Amino acid sequence: MTEKEKERIKASEIDPKFKYEIAKMHGGEKLMRCFQCGTCTSDCPVARFSETYRPRQIIRMTQLGLRDRVLNSDTLWLCAACFTCTDRCPQDVEVASVIRVLRNLAAEKGCIPQVFREQAASILESGYAYKIPDLRIKKRESLRLPPLPRGNPESIRKTLCNVGFVKHIEKKGE
Amino acid sequence: MAEKNKYLIFLGCAIPYRVSAFEISARKILQKLGVELVEMQEFNCCGLPLDPVSHKMMLILAARNLALAEQKGLNILTLCPGCAGTLKKVNKILKEDKALREDINSHLKEAGLEFKGTIDAKHIMQALIEDVGLEKIKNAVVKPLTMLKVAEHNGCHVLRPKEYIGFDDPEDPKTLKILIEATGATCLDYMDETECCGAPSVGISDKVALQLARDKLNHVKVVGAQALVTICPFCHIMYDTNELRIEKMFNETYGIPILHYTQLLGLAMGISPEELAFNELRVDASKILKEAMLEAKDN
Ligand code: SF4
Ligand code: SF4
Repeated sequence: MTEKEKERIKASEIDPKFKYEIAKMHGGEKLMRCFQCGTCTSDCPVARFSETYRPRQIIRMTQLGLRDRVLNSDTLWLCAACFTCTDRCPQDVEVASVIRVLRNLAAEKGCIPQVFREQAASILESGYAYKIPDLRIKKRESLRLPPLPRGNPESIRKTLCNVGFVKHIEKKGE
Repeated sequence: MAEKNKYLIFLGCAIPYRVSAFEISARKILQKLGVELVEMQEFNCCGLPLDPVSHKMMLILAARNLALAEQKGLNILTLCPGCAGTLKKVNKILKEDKALREDINSHLKEAGLEFKGTIDAKHIMQALIEDVGLEKIKNAVVKPLTMLKVAEHNGCHVLRPKEYIGFDDPEDPKTLKILIEATGATCLDYMDETECCGAPSVGISDKVALQLARDKLNHVKVVGAQALVTICPFCHIMYDTNELRIEKMFNETYGIPILHYTQLLGLAMGISPEELAFNELRVDASKILKEAMLEAKDN
């Protein structure tokens, strides 16, 4: 298959229910309002330097129902969550939140880039997104800074234990 | 109503991990300004890093922190705009959406907690301008930095999304400029001031992130800023840690030190550079320190 043929959208790829699914989720409600003006892409700092990342395109593909293309796309994870698009969209689409909803769905299928998976696993383990090196903790003492919050991973686990997603992160993180 | 000028300090993850100069200098200036910080051993990550993988987990984690603060009856003060943004947003969402609040509370119940929506979370910049007040800050300045010309960089999450944050004007933010000018320094305007630093794209595409940082440094250099002043640990890492790398990669020269606002204000308040952890900065700031010190002597 040539690159051009791969790009061509086939009717069989389209899932007409996809957009309703997104619009039901927190942050995705206003997806259908987008009239493709392009403000989000033209003001997006990432789109400025990336050859592939285009928020307007992601919104359109989602409206069309191109579920697999959108969810399997690496570019979905490039968004810096700066919320410029959300603040400037003339139709009040929460663009960055729609992208977050799509990422959540991709994550449910197991598509999570390494950095995000590591941070999530670390939070579940220690309460922090990064493991604070012992050296730093010692240094705090010598600088007479108050001890760091110890976190309470057990309490965190209790609150999160009924979110099915936890097992997913832990399993894959091993 | 929670007390003014007494807060639970919320450090988050990035600051204890690798941006201690921000914490050290913030504690120094807040103490001098009469702001009391209370430590909270139970706090954890604000939840933001979980949002891309599970919005629900983010909501629960943020609500957990808020519920803990409610038990103490104190507002939260954060140094990281990401933490402030997350806690504010979740606070607003859960206060307004009863069904969601009940759902999240059913999870918090497992740990004996409940979100009620009785406290606020503020970023240090907002606390400085709204609670401490400009007058008090100006009065605390004993060594005005009148010879310094600097540029400012706001973190996105301290301003956006506007609907949830409701602080300053994201398209033309003024607070940081006002706070910088209170130190006696001049705050210069430059192109694309509100552009994101790119930090969240590191690890996904370093190339995109570094190009964004380079763009910022170029714009700051053109107007002749002697330093770039930040109020976010991630923006600071993005510029301070990467400046030398960007210089090499793109064949540029900057030599622009990246200061935490709290360090700048601390200098003007007469606190020594050592106490403000200037030695932790990667980009050498000795030149502007010398100028600031000379000037103080002249005054
Ligand atoms: S700015 Fe809003 S309406 Fe315009 S293309 Fe983007 S999402 Fe659609
Ligand atoms: S939030 Fe994401 S899509 Fe929107 S402007 Fe920022 S980087 Fe671009």
